[in-house]
Amino acid sequence: MRYLPKSESDREVMLRQIGVKSIDDLFAAIPPEYRLKGDLKIPRAYAESEIVEFFRDCATGSAQGYATFLGAGAYSHYRPVVIDSLVSRGEFFTAYTPYQPEIAQGTLQSIFEFQSMICELTGMDVANASMYDGSTGAAEALMMAARLTGRHKSVVATSVHPEYREVIATYARYQGMPISTVAYGKNGRVDLDALEKGIDNETAGVLIQSPNFFGTIEDVAAIADLVHKKGALLIVSIAEAVSLGIVKPPVEADIVSMEAQSFGVPLGFGGPYCGVMATKDKFVRQMPGRLVGQTLDRNGKRGFVLTLSTREQHIRREKATSNICTNQALVALMCSIFMTVYGREGLKDLAKQNLAKAHYAAGEFKKAGATLLFDGAPRFNEFVILTKTDPYAINDKLLGQRIIGGFPLKKFYPDLGNASLWCCTETTAKASIDAAAKEVAL
Amino acid sequence: MAYPVDYRYTKEHEWLKVEGNTGTIGITDHAQESLGDIVFVELPKVGSELTAGKTLGTVESVKAVSDIFAPVSGTVTEVNEALNTSPEQVNKDAHGAWMVKLKLKDPSEASRLLSAADYEKYVAAEGGH
Amino acid sequence: MNKKIRKATTHISQNEVLLFERSSAGKKAYELPPLDVPEVDPATLLGAQARQDLGHMPEVSEVEIIRHFTRLSTWNYAVDHGMYPLGSCTMKYNPRVNEVVARLTGLAEAHPYQPERISQGALRILKMLSEQLIEITGMDAITLQPAAGAHGELTGILLVRAYLESLGNPRKKVLIPDSAHGTNPATAAMAGYAVENLKSNAAGMVDIASLVAQVNEDVAALMLTNPNTLGVFEQEIHKIAEVLHAKGALLYMDGANMNALVGKTRPGDFGVDVMHLNLHKTFSTPHGGGGPGSGPVACKKILEPFLPSPVVVTKPDGTLGFDYNRPKSLGRVRMFYGNFGMHIRALAYIMANGPDGLRQTTEDAVLNANYIRKGLEGAYDLPYKTPTMHEVVFSDHIQSQKGIKTGDIAKRLIDYGFHPYTVSFPLVVHGAIMIEPTESESKESCDMFVEAMKDIAEEVEEHPEFVLEAPHNTRISRLDETMAARKPILRWKPQSEAAGK
Repeated sequence: MRYLPKSESDREVMLRQIGVKSIDDLFAAIPPEYRLKGDLKIPRAYAESEIVEFFRDCATGSAQGYATFLGAGAYSHYRPVVIDSLVSRGEFFTAYTPYQPEIAQGTLQSIFEFQSMICELTGMDVANASMYDGSTGAAEALMMAARLTGRHKSVVATSVHPEYREVIATYARYQGMPISTVAYGKNGRVDLDALEKGIDNETAGVLIQSPNFFGTIEDVAAIADLVHKKGALLIVSIAEAVSLGIVKPPVEADIVSMEAQSFGVPLGFGGPYCGVMATKDKFVRQMPGRLVGQTLDRNGKRGFVLTLSTREQHIRREKATSNICTNQALVALMCSIFMTVYGREGLKDLAKQNLAKAHYAAGEFKKAGATLLFDGAPRFNEFVILTKTDPYAINDKLLGQRIIGGFPLKKFYPDLGNASLWCCTETTAKASIDAAAKEVAL
Repeated sequence: MAYPVDYRYTKEHEWLKVEGNTGTIGITDHAQESLGDIVFVELPKVGSELTAGKTLGTVESVKAVSDIFAPVSGTVTEVNEALNTSPEQVNKDAHGAWMVKLKLKDPSEASRLLSAADYEKYVAAEGGH
Repeated sequence: MNKKIRKATTHISQNEVLLFERSSAGKKAYELPPLDVPEVDPATLLGAQARQDLGHMPEVSEVEIIRHFTRLSTWNYAVDHGMYPLGSCTMKYNPRVNEVVARLTGLAEAHPYQPERISQGALRILKMLSEQLIEITGMDAITLQPAAGAHGELTGILLVRAYLESLGNPRKKVLIPDSAHGTNPATAAMAGYAVENLKSNAAGMVDIASLVAQVNEDVAALMLTNPNTLGVFEQEIHKIAEVLHAKGALLYMDGANMNALVGKTRPGDFGVDVMHLNLHKTFSTPHGGGGPGSGPVACKKILEPFLPSPVVVTKPDGTLGFDYNRPKSLGRVRMFYGNFGMHIRALAYIMANGPDGLRQTTEDAVLNANYIRKGLEGAYDLPYKTPTMHEVVFSDHIQSQKGIKTGDIAKRLIDYGFHPYTVSFPLVVHGAIMIEPTESESKESCDMFVEAMKDIAEEVEEHPEFVLEAPHNTRISRLDETMAARKPILRWKPQSEAAGK
């Protein structure tokens, strides 16, 4: 009970003051037959040292000490130490949503800076304070497109992360939003002919990912042309945020839905991550999520507040743009700090290292005898190889060398057979690449 | 604030001015006062059909959204674009800051609405604020 | 200035500008290791897709970053500073050991797609937390996938929908009391249901007669917060469940206020079919300035087949793994497995408390709310006299006679060194003052809070204009929210561009 700041005598005095005999009198509203008679059947209270020991035990044998070639929507980048140093400040992590701006300027200003940096990077006019993650953000972006266009259908590229697509299917099912898919071509990019045929005058939004799930960079401008000709909106999902350091931003898109995990957020077995939505000024009133805006106080000093709140559930209830309330503020702060540490030059340098490592690995794997799929289009830090051996068998062997191999694609794309998706970041050592190349040859 | 006698009013606090076949719609001074500082007005597109009693748009303050209901039926011929950039006009002059003009479907519908005197009585009875 | 104010009022640091205004070309805060593979030329590899420049991204040094964010942090009020009695938000102490264990390398660096063989520890955490939350709620099954409370609500209502569909009719509407959080109606709409309002009775509880009249074969579920947002336990909860079940509808419980119940009673025992938990409220994971949260959804056996995919299972060889083969599943609501970092923290919290600690926690939370209620009765209007659980709702009825509203009292409370209570919610109370102290407050801090609130009530009588202008001793004064909404400035732009617009 080390978290409870009361002595037994405090409790007695308080009960007396309230005018009841025992604490159970305060629970009288609960019908007696539903009151628990005994203890919950959970383990006894642990000492702090025991808790640390338990979780250390859980952590042992996990990813620690492994080199990894996994990407596929979650990326292993180095996290500058200032991130944890700053987000561990209680003033940040033990604060609530900044509803009282006079005593929440720290959170508010940092979100304003986050929104501003996301705009700089994506080429959009306005960005929100964060969404749960890239998958739910993509689903919300499609719903936003439906509100904006007054149309109801969506088109989603099959080269969008398969788990994003599963989430979208769940969200769309009861929105009266039929979803059709558009396939990828030989070079791994969205098949433009198929896309043109797939959009009709009831299509609200088209969702693509770039770099897509295979690591291929889409021709956003060409796709946008096609989508806009049909009066639909283009949503570009970005799962690997570091790509923005070196890949042209999707300025032609109407909505950018991004997963910013790459910006200093721990892999953490899948979460918490940081979705972000960005769009054009004219669409802001249909954007879900919190927004921070600049204003002045009574003495003319600059300050920041939550604004355009009438879009949100606490005001508009069932007519709100979304039911989202809690977002990922602290994770967005991690991203802000990461973006600041690397900044204008560093993000470019960092992205360039990712590009170089992946390029080297793809070359070595090819030399070793693996087939490089989708070789006709530009890539960032992921690429797909086809091997004679089952990729799970390759990965088993690599695991023995403390290397986690690429992501076998047959889980989501059975027709791709023995293809697997490999990711190299600035943290991938040449030695690991060379070691892996030996195994993919077989 | 005096309620113009040549306007008709609804219990949802819209006003309507009829000139021949044309109706002009806004919200009443009482409505703007209870909403507080208006920050955004959302209006229909020119050409859209309005049905008496149905929502035609919304007015927003910082922490509230209110529907604007069409007092009568008709086709929107003009919307007050100036409210996009200066919604505060509604606070400053509610009975001058019109929102939409429409071609009336049935000019006699207006006679079902409240007169200025009746509306004032209604507002007084509604809550006295 | 009032002498009873004990808050420290001067700020210690320099003012701090925006990052962009600190930036100048050539400053940097990073150093990359030398590249161990051949350099590449982006223009060659990416062609037209190569990016030319990064706009106005800041360029600053490491020390400036530390000072920038540290200074910003000092402008926040947080639970670590003191009482944060935001009703319905459960701002309790965030234990430090939670943060330490969540950052252990093997957990923090675990990739969601790494082989199950090397993920046994992570899977064990998911399984243990699942089992303990099931025991705490008295339900039969659970998913940890939802990322927050509202996300849990959506998952829960989709479960209801999938279940009813399997019986042949998803039904049309969801009943929601007028005292509910805005997320409830927004959620029902996202799940494709019409929302029907349910009136409360004079005691602030569900009116059984209205419920009986409104429940029919079109009703899929009732979304009920219990204790509700007035801090009142729905005493006839079992009857509510019976009325719904008799017509084939389900009872959804919004678990936002579970801090009033843990260890004392279990929703699964009193007729709830499905509910969500807010790990960031009841189970001490930090709010982080608005997130991340985590909203597990627990349900009865009948709903279990429809839970999101995947679920953690024990495999024939005794190891743990994910089961994706769930043909009846409603699908996925989030990629991967949810906010795992929050799962670690919640489990650490439960372990630190054990059954006795969890019960004592709930008792202290309820004790504090009742103590504050007793202390403020008379000074503030108490619209519902029904017994209070973990939070109490007063109104500004007395103070509004002087033109002072709940929001003004809240601002004045800042001067006394407290974070305000929840303002103007629930909507069923005009001018609501919603106070949830949580168990983390000592008797002394409850006393100080009561004293401050009573003092403000006196100030309202004597100097209402002074209260109206509060806060007086913050770095900035009241901000112009109207201006922010009329002419939104949602990002920084260089002065030349901003002026050009």
